[in-house]
Amino acid sequence: MAIRGTEIKIQGLTHRYTPRSPLTFNHIDLASPPGEALAIIGRSGCGKSTLLHILAGIHKPTEGRVLLDGTAITAPSPRWVMMFQAPHLFPWMTVSQNVGVGLSFGRWSKQKTEDRVKEAIKLVELEAWADNNVQDLSGGQQQRVALARSLVMEPELLLLDEPFSALDAFTRSSLQKDVRSIAKRKGFNIVFVTHDIDEAVIMGDRAVIMAGSPGNIVHELDIDLPDPRDRTDPSVQALRTRLMTMFQEAANYKKPESATLA
Amino acid sequence: MSGNVVLADNGVVSAGISGNCFTRNMKNLSDKSMHFFVGLAALLGLWWLAIYIVTLDPANSTFAEFAPLSAVQALPELWQDGTIPDALESTGYRLGTGLFLAILIGVPIGILMGQVRWFQRLTNVPFQFMRMISPLSWEPIAVVVFAGWNEAIVFLIAIAAVWPIAFATASGLAKVDPAWFKVARNLGARPWQMVSRIILPAIMFDVITGIRLALGVAWIVVIPAEFLGVSSGFGYAIQDARESLEYANLMAMILMIGVVGFVLDTICVMLIKRFSWHRG
Repeated sequence: MAIRGTEIKIQGLTHRYTPRSPLTFNHIDLASPPGEALAIIGRSGCGKSTLLHILAGIHKPTEGRVLLDGTAITAPSPRWVMMFQAPHLFPWMTVSQNVGVGLSFGRWSKQKTEDRVKEAIKLVELEAWADNNVQDLSGGQQQRVALARSLVMEPELLLLDEPFSALDAFTRSSLQKDVRSIAKRKGFNIVFVTHDIDEAVIMGDRAVIMAGSPGNIVHELDIDLPDPRDRTDPSVQALRTRLMTMFQEAANYKKPESATLA
Repeated sequence: MSGNVVLADNGVVSAGISGNCFTRNMKNLSDKSMHFFVGLAALLGLWWLAIYIVTLDPANSTFAEFAPLSAVQALPELWQDGTIPDALESTGYRLGTGLFLAILIGVPIGILMGQVRWFQRLTNVPFQFMRMISPLSWEPIAVVVFAGWNEAIVFLIAIAAVWPIAFATASGLAKVDPAWFKVARNLGARPWQMVSRIILPAIMFDVITGIRLALGVAWIVVIPAEFLGVSSGFGYAIQDARESLEYANLMAMILMIGVVGFVLDTICVMLIKRFSWHRG
């Protein structure tokens, strides 16, 4: 698997669910260079999840557009794959079948499918479980299968919507490290949404903080730390504290015009 | 319906690795076959006892032919003279065709009911209403509408079987995780792949459970439907045996009706197990 990243450009993105509902967010501009791991942090309701769904092509923006290497995203595609909070595996299939399901939708030779599935399963260290029904697996293992199912498509961009929030702390921490190291090895982009500051510091190259209603990007911080990252490392701790301060500032953020109105 | 599902799940034996599991499964199996035979023996015993008590009165001596032994003794000849094979073929053809039509119509209707909200709301009352009409009450109409009695019987079976299949399909779809569609679409599934790779395997268990219920109803309907108009099938055969006062043959055919129904139901249970991915 040789995966390449992509240049993401978000231009003037505005969204409301129905013409009458309030703006989810207003005129967001954001760019991410090839291979970057970008964290979007924010409280629930700031529109970060909607932003991710638009990036995945699942929702359509009201205004503005998202470009990947210059091509606009208008629909879901295996080139940009989304991972959800729950694994949503197909329970009537084995681990291998789940991982290979995306390839089976396309026209892949049996041999090539098998090879790719094997490699993806190896990447998430589930070789021993390949032929088990996915219901035999623990929650963390299931989320690994979901990860392999996404990676097997060799996406240029992996989108993660709080993917590990339902897991226990140990499983979560090991998956965070794995996702980052796999992404760095293969070179694809990650955009992930989280409300967990630790997750942003461990997995991200850069973090943007969204706040307000309608949501907006209010802060941005480069997470310039060497790999592998360890939670207990003082430099990690220091960055975490900075990000936390920004996050708390953002929590009190009000748009200037709404302040004058009040 | 839930009762049937539980029944089907009871038999699911999960694959075990430990050696202990093997002996436990063997014990389970012998327990099961013992219960099977004891239950069967009890049924035969009661049957025999009932006839015995009835025939204690000499006035009822003709009832002796209804006893289990005479019925079982009548079976080989009924098989050899072609009565049973012919009945199997005729009734089987009617049942099979009717069920096939019911599946062909019931599954798409069920998918529409489960997927399209307005269709479900629109059809709920009419379908529940139609479901409660005894299939046999359509017979006079069916006879007028269809050219032959055979077609009329097939129609009766189809209309009896279509509702359980449609409703089971709809309830299966209701349990489908909507995120599966989101995931599949994201991984590049085309609409027909969504049906063949996601929807069908997801609801297969419920569809076959519906077919099992439908088969039960259809098997009950096909026998009385064959009382009239046709000169073949199990229904005709028992009617014929009654009119010619061959009570041993009558009971033998009733026995066969039970056996065939039991075998068909067992096949359904095996299919349900095969397609069940639900864990308790």
